[in-house]
Amino acid sequence: MPKREDIKKILIIGAGPIIISQACEFDYSGTQACKALKEEGYEVILINSNPATIMTDPETADRIYIEPVTPETVIKVIEKERPDALLPTLGGQTALNTAIEVAKTGILKKYNVEMIGASEEAINKAEDRELFRDAMNRIGLRIPKSGFATNMQEVEAVSKRIGFPIIVRPAFTLGGTGGGVAYNMEELNRISKSGIDASLIHQVMLEESVIGWKEYELEVMRDHADNVVIICSIENVDAMGVHTGDSITVAPAQTLSDKEYQNLRDASIAIMREIGVDTGGSNVQFAINPENGDIIVVEMNPRVSRSSALASKATGFPIAKIAAKLAIGYTLDEIPNDITGETLACFEPSIDYCVVKIPRWTFEKFPEAEDVLTTAMKSVGETMSIGRTFKEAFQKGLRSLEIGRAGFGGDGKDPLPGSVTGNELEYKLSTPNSQRLFYIKYAIEHGMPITMIYELTHIDPWFLNQMKQIVDLEKQIKLAGKDLPRDLFEKAKKYGFSDRQLGFLTGLTDKKIEQDRKALGIVPVYKLVDTCAAEFRAATPYYYSTYETECEARVSDKKKVIILGGGPNRIGQGIEFDYCCVHASFALREEGVESIMVNSNPETVSTDYDTSDKLYFEPVTREDVLHIVEKEKPFGVIVQFGGQTPLNLATDLQKAGVPIIGTSPDSIDRAEDRDLFQEMLKKLGLRQPENGIALSLDDAFKVARDIGYPVMVRPSFVLGGRAMKIVYDEKDLAEFFDLAVQASPDKPVLIDKFLEEAFELDVDVISDGEKTVIGGMMEHIEEAGIHSGDSACVLPPYSISKTHIDEMADAARAIAKELNVKGLMNIQFGIMNDKVYIIEVNPRASRTIPFVSKAIGIPLAKLATKVMLGKTLDELGFTKEIIPPYYCVKEAVMPFDRFENVDPVLGPEMKSTGEVMGIDKDLGAAVAKAQIAAGQKLPTEGTVFISVQDKDKDKALPIVRKFHSMGFTIMATRGTAQFLDENDIPTKIVKKVSAGRPHVVDAVTNNEIQLILNTGASSQTQRDGYEIRRAAIKYKIPYATTTDGARAICSAIEALQKETLSVQTIQDYHRENNHV
Amino acid sequence: MKALLALEDGRVFPCRSFTGPGEAKGEVVFNTSMTGYQEILTDPSYYGQMVTMTYPLIGNYGVCPEDVESDRVQVAAFIVKEYQDFPSNYRSRGTLADYLIKAHVLGIEDLDTRALTRHIRKSGAMRAMISTSDLVPDSLVERIKQIPLMLGSDFVGKVTTKKPYFWKYNQPDYIDAAKLDDPLIWHHRGKKHSVVALDFGIKYNIIRSLEKAGCEVLVVPARTDAKTILQLNPEGIFLSNGPGDPEPLTYAVDTIRQLLNVVPIFGICLGMQLLGIAMGGKTMKIKFGHRGANQPVKNLSTGRVEITSQNHGFAVDLNTIGKDQSVMTHINLNEDSLEGLKNDTIRAFAVQYHPEASPGPHDSVYLFNQFAKVIKDAKA
Repeated sequence: MPKREDIKKILIIGAGPIIISQACEFDYSGTQACKALKEEGYEVILINSNPATIMTDPETADRIYIEPVTPETVIKVIEKERPDALLPTLGGQTALNTAIEVAKTGILKKYNVEMIGASEEAINKAEDRELFRDAMNRIGLRIPKSGFATNMQEVEAVSKRIGFPIIVRPAFTLGGTGGGVAYNMEELNRISKSGIDASLIHQVMLEESVIGWKEYELEVMRDHADNVVIICSIENVDAMGVHTGDSITVAPAQTLSDKEYQNLRDASIAIMREIGVDTGGSNVQFAINPENGDIIVVEMNPRVSRSSALASKATGFPIAKIAAKLAIGYTLDEIPNDITGETLACFEPSIDYCVVKIPRWTFEKFPEAEDVLTTAMKSVGETMSIGRTFKEAFQKGLRSLEIGRAGFGGDGKDPLPGSVTGNELEYKLSTPNSQRLFYIKYAIEHGMPITMIYELTHIDPWFLNQMKQIVDLEKQIKLAGKDLPRDLFEKAKKYGFSDRQLGFLTGLTDKKIEQDRKALGIVPVYKLVDTCAAEFRAATPYYYSTYETECEARVSDKKKVIILGGGPNRIGQGIEFDYCCVHASFALREEGVESIMVNSNPETVSTDYDTSDKLYFEPVTREDVLHIVEKEKPFGVIVQFGGQTPLNLATDLQKAGVPIIGTSPDSIDRAEDRDLFQEMLKKLGLRQPENGIALSLDDAFKVARDIGYPVMVRPSFVLGGRAMKIVYDEKDLAEFFDLAVQASPDKPVLIDKFLEEAFELDVDVISDGEKTVIGGMMEHIEEAGIHSGDSACVLPPYSISKTHIDEMADAARAIAKELNVKGLMNIQFGIMNDKVYIIEVNPRASRTIPFVSKAIGIPLAKLATKVMLGKTLDELGFTKEIIPPYYCVKEAVMPFDRFENVDPVLGPEMKSTGEVMGIDKDLGAAVAKAQIAAGQKLPTEGTVFISVQDKDKDKALPIVRKFHSMGFTIMATRGTAQFLDENDIPTKIVKKVSAGRPHVVDAVTNNEIQLILNTGASSQTQRDGYEIRRAAIKYKIPYATTTDGARAICSAIEALQKETLSVQTIQDYHRENNHV
Repeated sequence: MKALLALEDGRVFPCRSFTGPGEAKGEVVFNTSMTGYQEILTDPSYYGQMVTMTYPLIGNYGVCPEDVESDRVQVAAFIVKEYQDFPSNYRSRGTLADYLIKAHVLGIEDLDTRALTRHIRKSGAMRAMISTSDLVPDSLVERIKQIPLMLGSDFVGKVTTKKPYFWKYNQPDYIDAAKLDDPLIWHHRGKKHSVVALDFGIKYNIIRSLEKAGCEVLVVPARTDAKTILQLNPEGIFLSNGPGDPEPLTYAVDTIRQLLNVVPIFGICLGMQLLGIAMGGKTMKIKFGHRGANQPVKNLSTGRVEITSQNHGFAVDLNTIGKDQSVMTHINLNEDSLEGLKNDTIRAFAVQYHPEASPGPHDSVYLFNQFAKVIKDAKA
């Protein structure tokens, strides 16, 4: 059937900020969908609060609302835009939930808006556990047996029905606290008791345990003619019990015979039909009992998902794009398969390689959180790798992760053989954790039989044997040493060993290995991802490397540029950098230069097969990049957009003769290297906080004494403020110094005077080497000392004098000129006691580039790319800073609800996973939008609880007074209350946690507090503050941990009290810039 | 053990045998199914062919006695990228290597199977040899010329059953050929449809599927003549799949012609090609065949698309049918080729693909029920 003509205008809901379990895969899906619908001639309306997305680029959709993804916003947009249809299946769980809320209000009926893709009924059937159970039973499938209990009698009754082992899940607690697995009645009683206590509603759910069962996922698509196809099967290496987002997964399924696979296929199709997903993609998860093949349906998601993004990248089949086309009436047999160009989307991809996805965790950011993996997802990113064998893909994946490992061990980072044994080893195997893979290696080396490792890990022996083959080959390589015979050399490369591993194992340098290897003619070839296992000719050049005989890379003689991507998302390096890489690719296309993307992150737009002219899905390491460079012989390589990952390779690549375009690696070095940097600032007459470097602790003491405490301590060459801290005394310094050294070994530790209570600004500029234009100045809401990635900020600045602004602009221009910047540069300034300080200079794309680009309506990364190709800013027509006549507020989104025991305070180490943007003419309203978009439910009345450190009291006073005048009741603990009373603010007194009950946390629990202002250093000893902040997270009470943050919230609430927030498209905002 | 695969056009692939020493010859083809290697190995349609699996890791779930499609391994040799010697699956009863060794079938690995696949795609399925003893390319290529061409050869004689059988306890229950003149041979006459299946290389799952659809199946050798068959008073005739070129199978075509319009007929794969010839059509060899489990086929009467399992190197020429009242019922969406035909007036229909799957999707099982219905309607 052709596309629907009865709908013209389609509203799409985006996923909002990047959070754990909802990352840039939804930008990838959303962008594909927007493009597909626009291509078909529909008017596309989009709501998404995340500025770092390609989907919120003004070209991606016709009318884009960068507004909070909430039912209220959606309703306003519907009232304003009157769309014909709402497509809720592309923005993750957020969009689905929001759409359901909106539907409940009746607004869709009122305005005759049709929900397309999945109906309200289908979504409810898939999401509601009981409805889902009934649906599965109707088609002869089952989900784990379960029941609820509120007392011990009920626990016993339910347990009889289920049988042991039983999982106990307290209802309504965060991160599953108080739950566990019970293997007998005694354990069940104990765990249930504590679970019922922990639950907010004193209820536990008891569920049949399928822990240790094999876990599979199928990606399914259905059109309205009821054609159903399976795009990909995925097998989880980690068994049930570990969230699929935290599992290493493999595509296609490896250990299913055809009979079993077809059973899952039949089940998936039956589920699609029963749930009633009319059109689009869904993900179905199964657990299979390894003993007898019993199948349980774990869940189904009637929308695109993280797994569907992975499946799209793994097979070449663009699920989101096709889902969008199905939603508007096409059937699968009417849509061409882009990759082959000659076949249709109505088929099931066959792949002739093995795909491995490995999650990337950042437990190092949250030292208080235990490195244990459970059914709640904790990873912040992932890599995907492709190889012709599992072993090859697995090792490529590990070196893509950038966790300092060059593969599956054998890289000099393993602990001494025999040093990990006994209980430690068994514990690390039986308790899933981020390092478990490596413990499997140690267990194999230790001689532990595969059967035993299986018993401890429940990881299928097939995977364990693959790992053993790698370990066995490692032994052979070690044995052969410097005289590595050709056969073994070649086999090692086929097993995915990197040159670095081979260097370590043979005792040769990486360089020598590389030379020997090339002399032997052992070089990788590139094969195509073609959806069809070579049955048809593929049109789209999407490549991966492997060690085989035939190379399929079609190397053109056009002028071409390679863009190095950022690898897996992590805190500090995420979607913002991918955004820049994608823009680089767009710019190259506009300039008629062939664009070649290299990246290993399956969640991204950059790894979409049609973003660039060519895609190499490869680890972003020196070895892997050089191979591509040697094959493609590009005109240039861009390293300044992908974050620290490609930047760290810049010098090595340049040494190997690779033409780096844009700002030179030397200039990058001049900004990174303390001495060179200082020299430059001195030369330019600019000021920086007093500082020094230390290679030893004694050095550090001396430097700190000279400068005077407090000082900021940090390692060089890391992104996101990893291991960065403000240190107030020698004891702190000693403690922290070791951490800093670990984070960046062999590099000096940097010590700066900390600018206490200073204003901080981020300034992004673009320069062509001659001319420099300010892209945007952002004033941080939080004072200096909070990592810029975690700090809320406002563009344009709202409290900085013109003199200072001019001074900063001049400084930026001088630095850009001095460093001969060709492209982007970010500078952080601090203003203390009326003096401007340069805190940091980064001659590369910064995290704020997408935000600034959205704010001013100029695609800075795109312009920067053209500058790198030789264009001047004059030629590009960007010669003057744009200062918008509205406020843009960026707010960070924190993952604290995912990590138990972590104190949710901000500091110099970045912890946020994502960001949102709030735009409004009124600063308060813009802050309010940003806060709401970030998930804070700001109250307009009720009680504000205040607890501040002594040093903050004076700053807090006017804010509290304001809250009081706005009609809020003020509540405080005795000390603060006294201070407020003395200042004529009536205050309700509440006990500290340590002062007995009922205390402040009880008040939070009882819903007596609507807003919390709590400042305090993060230290476990300050238990009280910690308890309050954790309670705020648990009960989702908005809170501020800095007085500046509180002031911003105050202004936001003031705006909310005045009137309801308006909505306006980014295109309309940008139009206002043109009239300035 | 080192081995060499040579193709008749001179291209060679050094590789390794994972089943010990040996030599093999045949036509080299590729299959794009990612699961189901044991079903493929035992599918009689692969007789005389060396099958390359495009999925690189093979052997993962071992072998299992229930997953066979005939009583032996049928392929001439098995070609994979990386053989997996540590199977893991609760149903597994042994390794693939042991299974092949026992069947005296050569298995090779460690070659660029994607390059081989692309070569076949571009140059067509061709004759080839594998040897672990003769590793000299020229010599091996020379010897390939002695392999008979598939075109024009009768391979059915090599795979068809020697004795007739019924299906009992999920396996053949052989009977004496002499009994074929007994019309009371059926055990479930009246309760189940009595179907005679002409075995050109039938897959067990076809028999299972027919039985599930309410048929009692009597499998008879390919050369069983129409007179014998009609004596049995069957209510339906099934024409099975099988290896090779349909053109030389004139005896089968004769038989089918005599059965046409007498008893309802259902054919699969080679069965469809033979039916096509019997109805006046022509067949042709296609370049590299369809072998896999992901071929989209559109049912023209319902408009629905079925993902189908396929295994054929010959096809009925679309342009040669329709002279009588036969019509196209199914079409291949990848290349608009003929996938199904029927002639309602003589109650005959057939498909080119494999509704019995095994390996592959179950989307087309309805055809067996359709056959049962045709038989039922004919009886009424």
